[in-house]
Amino acid sequence: MGGVHPDDNKIARECPIEVLPLPDTVYVSMAQHLGAPAKPVVAVGDSVKAGQVIAEPAGFISAFVHSPVSGTVKSIAPRKDLAGNPQIHVEIKVEGDEWAEGIDLSKDLVTSIPDDRNAMLDRIKACGVVGLGGATFPTHVKLNPAPGKVAECLIINGAECEPFLTSDYRVMLERPKEIVVGAAIMQKILGGCRCVIAIEENKPQAVKVMSEAVSSLGYAGIKVSVLKKKYPQGGEKQLIDAVMKRQVKSGGLPIDAGAVVQNVSTALAVYEAVQKNRPLVTNVLTVTGENVPANMQHNYLFRIGIPLSFIIDHAGGIPEIAGKIVSGGPMMGKAVSNIEATTVKGSSSVLYLSEEMTRRKEASQCIRCGRCADACPMGLEPFLLNRLAKADDMAALEENAVQDCIECGCCLYSCPANIPLLDRIRIAKGQVMGIIKSRNIKK
Amino acid sequence: MTSTIIWTIVVLAGLGLLLALVLFFVARKFKVEEDPRIDEVEKVMPGANCGGCGFAGCRAFADAAVKAPNLDNNFCPVGGNEVMKKVAAILGYEIAEKVPQVAVVRCNGSCANRPVVNEYDGLQSCRVKAALYSGDTGCPYGCLGCGDCVAACQFGAISMDPQTGLPAVDDSKCTACGACAKACPKHIIELRNKGPRSMRVFVSCVNKDKGAVARKACMAACIGCGKCAKVCPHEAITVADNVAYIDFTKCKLCKKCVAECPTGAIHAVNFPVLPKKTETKEASNE
Amino acid sequence: MDKMLVSPSPHIHTRTSTASLMRDVIIALMPAVIVSVVFYGWSELLILAVSVVSCVLLEWAITKYLLHRPSTISDLSAVVTGLLLAMNLPSTAPWWVAVTGAVIAIGVAKMTFGGIGQNVFNPAITARVFLLISFPAIMTDWTAAPGFVDFPDAISGSTLLGVYSEGGIDALMPFGYGTGRLYQDIGGSAGEISCIALLAGFVYLLVRKVVKPWITLSIFGTVALISFIFNMADPAVYTGPVFNLLTGGMILGACFMATDYVTSPMSTAGGIIYGVGIGFIVMMIRYFGAYPEGMSFAILLMNMVVPLINRKFHQKKYGRA
Repeated sequence: MGGVHPDDNKIARECPIEVLPLPDTVYVSMAQHLGAPAKPVVAVGDSVKAGQVIAEPAGFISAFVHSPVSGTVKSIAPRKDLAGNPQIHVEIKVEGDEWAEGIDLSKDLVTSIPDDRNAMLDRIKACGVVGLGGATFPTHVKLNPAPGKVAECLIINGAECEPFLTSDYRVMLERPKEIVVGAAIMQKILGGCRCVIAIEENKPQAVKVMSEAVSSLGYAGIKVSVLKKKYPQGGEKQLIDAVMKRQVKSGGLPIDAGAVVQNVSTALAVYEAVQKNRPLVTNVLTVTGENVPANMQHNYLFRIGIPLSFIIDHAGGIPEIAGKIVSGGPMMGKAVSNIEATTVKGSSSVLYLSEEMTRRKEASQCIRCGRCADACPMGLEPFLLNRLAKADDMAALEENAVQDCIECGCCLYSCPANIPLLDRIRIAKGQVMGIIKSRNIKK
Repeated sequence: MTSTIIWTIVVLAGLGLLLALVLFFVARKFKVEEDPRIDEVEKVMPGANCGGCGFAGCRAFADAAVKAPNLDNNFCPVGGNEVMKKVAAILGYEIAEKVPQVAVVRCNGSCANRPVVNEYDGLQSCRVKAALYSGDTGCPYGCLGCGDCVAACQFGAISMDPQTGLPAVDDSKCTACGACAKACPKHIIELRNKGPRSMRVFVSCVNKDKGAVARKACMAACIGCGKCAKVCPHEAITVADNVAYIDFTKCKLCKKCVAECPTGAIHAVNFPVLPKKTETKEASNE
Repeated sequence: MDKMLVSPSPHIHTRTSTASLMRDVIIALMPAVIVSVVFYGWSELLILAVSVVSCVLLEWAITKYLLHRPSTISDLSAVVTGLLLAMNLPSTAPWWVAVTGAVIAIGVAKMTFGGIGQNVFNPAITARVFLLISFPAIMTDWTAAPGFVDFPDAISGSTLLGVYSEGGIDALMPFGYGTGRLYQDIGGSAGEISCIALLAGFVYLLVRKVVKPWITLSIFGTVALISFIFNMADPAVYTGPVFNLLTGGMILGACFMATDYVTSPMSTAGGIIYGVGIGFIVMMIRYFGAYPEGMSFAILLMNMVVPLINRKFHQKKYGRA
């Protein structure tokens, strides 16, 4: 159903993961995950070690945040995020690189999985693991379905369907066994359901390496599945449809369809949390762009809290062609208006797009070609939603399922008249979700 | 031939009569009894259907006004006291006169005062832009300049000033319906008392950042220094979250704060121009 | 760039534009245009040129002087309308008929509704029907291609459908009805004579994913089915499927006019309903109507119900089975 085929542009796919050096100062955001921002538990002047808890969850859907470096807390104050909006950040001056006790920093693979499910879940929670596929939903919540809900299939998302991004690909090539162990851990936590590692067909090397890792480790019930190349193949709902031939009911959660979806990088983070007691303070991001010189294309293992400007400088500065800097993929990523913003757990790229590639063209009249509806992976009719949104017709918007929109961007991407469909639909979706929420509360 | 014509006339006339009768009886049968005062009230309403009163339109307002026990919560900002007096007369209620108000744009982040640091390329809508990010200037509180307020105004009272990039309110057209204030995602527009001969003093800034940060983003920002609050003889000015606010019910238009403000964030409008000032203006023009 | 761009996602855009889609339609029409120019010569070329030029000029003039809007001619939709209009005219038509057609197509059917995307009726078809009713003699003077067709003198200047409409199956017999020869010698408007060229163009549109095949296939399917049933019931009165699929404006209409984005339904299911409706109406007109050909009327009639179809038939939504 639906989907579009933008150019792949996985330019940085052959760039091995490099370890990014540490800057003088890091700024750790308290809003690194979906849900309530974490509450700082350190004070200005405290000295902290890498991997030490500096903030705790402030609600059911929230997560621990750890210090990515060792050093001294300089301030706890609002600082502008990617979008220029103030968020509380903990500023830490980097001193050496000392890790907290009990963290296994060795590279040895630990394949034996503990038996205690709850202990593993606690470990994942304590290590601040969140989904690294984009939404940064706290992983321990997702791995602990509500009573009565049973997971039938754990899908490890290696689709990486966004053009340009190669971080998941590199992680699959370089840490395949860790990912498989991580998958096996989650499989065990979920009660031994089957597990599918789903990879798009445009990554044959990753398919090969992951398949080898699966067979060499010999966990039961894990297999690699090859998906068609299509955006958004890696969307949670689309992935469930592709792998399980099953759809998540409107308004429902994946678990309602018996599915739990976790990204490959999340599987790696789960492995490190459970087997190595290592909190989530690093991730891999891609620095890339079309017509960006080869020596400026990188895949970096970064510590969270490093300002984007530091990464940009380290990778060789902003290339001349850049007209827009995007954090994340070109379809769903966020445009960066403030390069002083810091990296968070879910940062996946610093993407340079040329003005020619990215500047919106002037919108003309809708020619009713229906391409937006063909492209919509949720089967919605963006042309209709756009019209209803213009008219502020909330009832009709709800009836036409604007709340099901996953904001993948296929409609706006595919519109030959350059109509900014998603811009308006996204706002309307927010309004309708608000209406539905307040109605449910009243009930 | 003639018979065809006659038959045509007869059939059409008969059909017309029949349908008229049907319509007549249907209208009779399904007639909804309504309080006749609703019609009367609607007649004296301005008929703008702007929704400024909080109801869907003038008819809905009239309906609500007739059903309400008093008029304390029903006020037509467009018609103002005159219309409300008529409404009260029809319904036999007493009303207290309200002070006329006007929409005031509390941002002075013009192109000259507030440098643009990036280029917004999405849909030209403040709502969309505000949901995306803090805006194309360093000030996350200021006007986004896409003109949602202009689109919301049914009276053509707001227009974007191409020189400043900010919305300008035409006092004579503004009815204080509040549509613009609701449309502004940054809550910059406030309904304030119109003041004698439209004279008003207000802080034209809502930036809550600390002084240095605010000043860096915009030369005309309120830096929350509090000088205005100290100099105000009427205790009309309060400073909270690094930004000053003038209570228009207490302000006596003495303009002491205007002279005191180091960034020019406090505006005094529609005051008669002092002769001295005009001279210098003319001199500079020459 | 000194200032970075910032916009909501997505940050990239397809290269397909309204103009590129229209360009593809023009390319797809080219084989048929070339064939008809080869068959009919300079007079056909003149009609094509007058029609296209007057459509484009009119659209430009209307946007500039009446609507005071930026011109929309660069989206090439006026060129497509002009081409389709010319392909609906006989090559013998005088130039002013093409100009009148352009006024109806662009001036009445398209721009009064608000220009591209807003019109209810297909502009070229509206013009064709207007001309057909206003100038029936000119519009049905199908002089056979010179040096190509050896029709008996008595009926030259009429299409096979016209022949059938006047005289039934018997009248078709001299042309070799029921044999392969018939279809080598079809006279008609430019668009009607070159089935293979038109189909080649349509395949191009399908390959380029400009249009989807459902509307066209459902028209063909319905026409084939209805004529198969009637033909089986009484072959002496009703023409068969092959005849009905290859004659008249069937292919031009089903491939290029009924598939017009603006005036056809958006959903696949709606498209099939729409196609079935066209197929049904066209066969009813051909078999029982006063006009020999009903493609234009069928499309126009179904254009009217498109808003209703769009209201009723929606895309299949994810997770709402």
